[in-house]
Amino acid sequence: MELNQYQKELFEKQRPVIEVYGKKTWGWTLFFLLWIIAGGYALYLQVADGHIVTGMRDNVVWGLYIANFIFFIGVSYAGAVISGLLHILNVEWRKPIIRIAEMITVIATMIGPIYILLCVGRLDRLHHLFIYPRLQSPITWDVLAISTYFTGSVIFLYLALIKDFAIYRDLKLNIPKWKHNLYRILAIGYRGTPSQKRHIKISTDLMAIMIIPLAIIVHSVLSWIFGMTLRPGWHSSIFGPYFVLAAIYSGTGVLIMAMWVYRKMYKLDSLLTDKHFVYLGYIMMVLGAAYGYFTFSEYLTAWFGSAKWDNEVIEKLFTLKYYGGWFLFTNVAGIILPVLTVAIPFTRKPNFIAFASLFMVLALWVKRYLIIVPTLESTLLPMQDTRAEYVKYSATWVEWALTFAGIATFFLLFTLLSKFITIIPISEFSNKENGLDQQDTEKVKDTD
Amino acid sequence: MKEEVTNDNSRRDFLKTAAIAGIATATCGSLACGCSSPKSVEPNLGKVKLLSPDGEIVEIDSAYLNHQEHMAIVSKLEAREGMAGKKFVMVVDLSRCKNARKCVTACQKWHYRPEETEWLTVKLMKDSDKSAPYWFPKQCFHCDNPPCVKVCPVDATFKRQDGLVLIDNERCIGCKFCMAACPYSTRVFNWAEPEVIPAIANLQYSPETGIPAKIGTVEKCDFCPDRSREGLLPPCVEACPNGVFYFGDENEDTVSNGDETVSFSQLIKDRAAYRFQEELGTKPRVYYLPPKDRQFPVERGYENLPDKLKERFKDVMEGTSE
Repeated sequence: MELNQYQKELFEKQRPVIEVYGKKTWGWTLFFLLWIIAGGYALYLQVADGHIVTGMRDNVVWGLYIANFIFFIGVSYAGAVISGLLHILNVEWRKPIIRIAEMITVIATMIGPIYILLCVGRLDRLHHLFIYPRLQSPITWDVLAISTYFTGSVIFLYLALIKDFAIYRDLKLNIPKWKHNLYRILAIGYRGTPSQKRHIKISTDLMAIMIIPLAIIVHSVLSWIFGMTLRPGWHSSIFGPYFVLAAIYSGTGVLIMAMWVYRKMYKLDSLLTDKHFVYLGYIMMVLGAAYGYFTFSEYLTAWFGSAKWDNEVIEKLFTLKYYGGWFLFTNVAGIILPVLTVAIPFTRKPNFIAFASLFMVLALWVKRYLIIVPTLESTLLPMQDTRAEYVKYSATWVEWALTFAGIATFFLLFTLLSKFITIIPISEFSNKENGLDQQDTEKVKDTD
Repeated sequence: MKEEVTNDNSRRDFLKTAAIAGIATATCGSLACGCSSPKSVEPNLGKVKLLSPDGEIVEIDSAYLNHQEHMAIVSKLEAREGMAGKKFVMVVDLSRCKNARKCVTACQKWHYRPEETEWLTVKLMKDSDKSAPYWFPKQCFHCDNPPCVKVCPVDATFKRQDGLVLIDNERCIGCKFCMAACPYSTRVFNWAEPEVIPAIANLQYSPETGIPAKIGTVEKCDFCPDRSREGLLPPCVEACPNGVFYFGDENEDTVSNGDETVSFSQLIKDRAAYRFQEELGTKPRVYYLPPKDRQFPVERGYENLPDKLKERFKDVMEGTSE
């Protein structure tokens, strides 16, 4: 694979990341592994002693786990929708960020489903999902949708990687033999012939188109696990679009944060420019406003209608004594803060936008919790239970340990993957010479 | 439309069930007793004569038999199909309930459930500020449009032709979706390893008995179909000192509370029966007779309760909440 001058420079910049697994990286790896081991112990307890070690009980049958599940699947939208959409629209500035976005997608889609497995009381019977499947159940839809979506995201990421693998293979890299062999295998004999190029282009275009409806289906189906029940706060017709929108929104936030971290860590200021933050910021602002609109209409109708059962949930969310503080936080940090940060020119800067993204992502995690728990704590019949843990849910250390283990796994996989492939795709810039690429030249010609 | 289909199929279903029942008896050959593993017991309890499925009289050592209270073990398939021609129904007379809680303990005893697990529970209802509180016993409603069955991903909970909604705890994966879907908080989960006394540990499991319980699975009131097969009323019905519960067959149009047997349609007509939260569209198979002309003041069910139970109803009794 012949590299042009620009690509060579681009690679040289990232060469140490691929070649060296430095002390710092080892430190982080061990740190994440420790969290994962703690989570592993928690999981052992949960399997050995039963779900009694969690805070879940007969009324609140789902808790942190399901909130994490929605959260991670939501985060995975970074690659699917943002990268897929930008690919279809052929937006030029997407090139340095698509790899990060697609990595987020694949890794988050790997972690999300683990949380739904943690909600399952009999992991030894998981095969029942395949030997006694009931197509009528939203859980079966979910299994189908998520596995299809995961396969699609892996293919989408891999298609964009083949050319890069060929580049890593052909460069004289100072790496162990197994790593070189792996590159050779993964490059599946790509030599950059016109026919190979054409095949990859067609496949990538197709995947970009398919990944968007797939992603929409995944989160809609996920929302229907709740929407299909008769519970207040769940049984809502806008739940599908509401979830989808929140997912793209949080995915954008995580993408911005990842960009910020990589820019700092690998000094990629020339590639991940202010422009990227501002443009993604605009996308985030629009999504934030739309998410705010959905939130407003969802809670306004429930509050205004004030049916008895609905009202119970609304009251819990609107009263400071219960979840009012958190609900307020989700709206201030999740809607107002990011929208204003991008809207005001003074704060429309990478650091501010990344900061707002962090709060927004946290707020959206809390929001998922608030969707699950207050509803389950509001039963139709009076609970009249004297066992405190049955009346009010509070997560145990086991659930928190597994939550942090999941986040640690996310970071660990990210670290490992970014040691294996370049964060900025090299092959995407094959047309770029001396800072100008073909498209730009064509545009110049057009205007002449 | 649905009704018609059911009618068309009823005869075929009956034949199918009969056939399955036949096969089940033949293959199981248990004759109302689950055969336990012969290796594990010492054959010294004396011989018993039994009629084999082929019509021969055989003599086996009594040690090979499980001596069990829950007799009517039917095959898994039969337990899924249900009893042909039946439509079980329950009527709860709220005017007679004084929260004696005999139903609760009888249920727990029959199903070997611990004290804190209440498949049948008695709530103290107070519909609005001004309305009078009343005791409200609640089992599973065995809905005709069951939200729990709809969401089960593995068909572990199912609706039978006789109206019952049962759970197969050998198939349940414990996802708890049915618990989230049931608006009546009927279902309970085995959060930890359930205590199983040795006497029932080796019983053959059937969705009709729910014994023994298993960790990580969902369970609930089953209307005791094993007793119906024996022609007995559920223990809650029998245990109630005030005849609150009427249990019977809608097709036969008879329900009984153990003391009297009455016409189901007449009873719900005369007493203006209603179903709890009809507007949810779940079509419960349990009817309530309104708490009018009550036999006991509501306090009778409160005063003599142990403190732990009193705590549950304190808010309502003292008129502070709701």
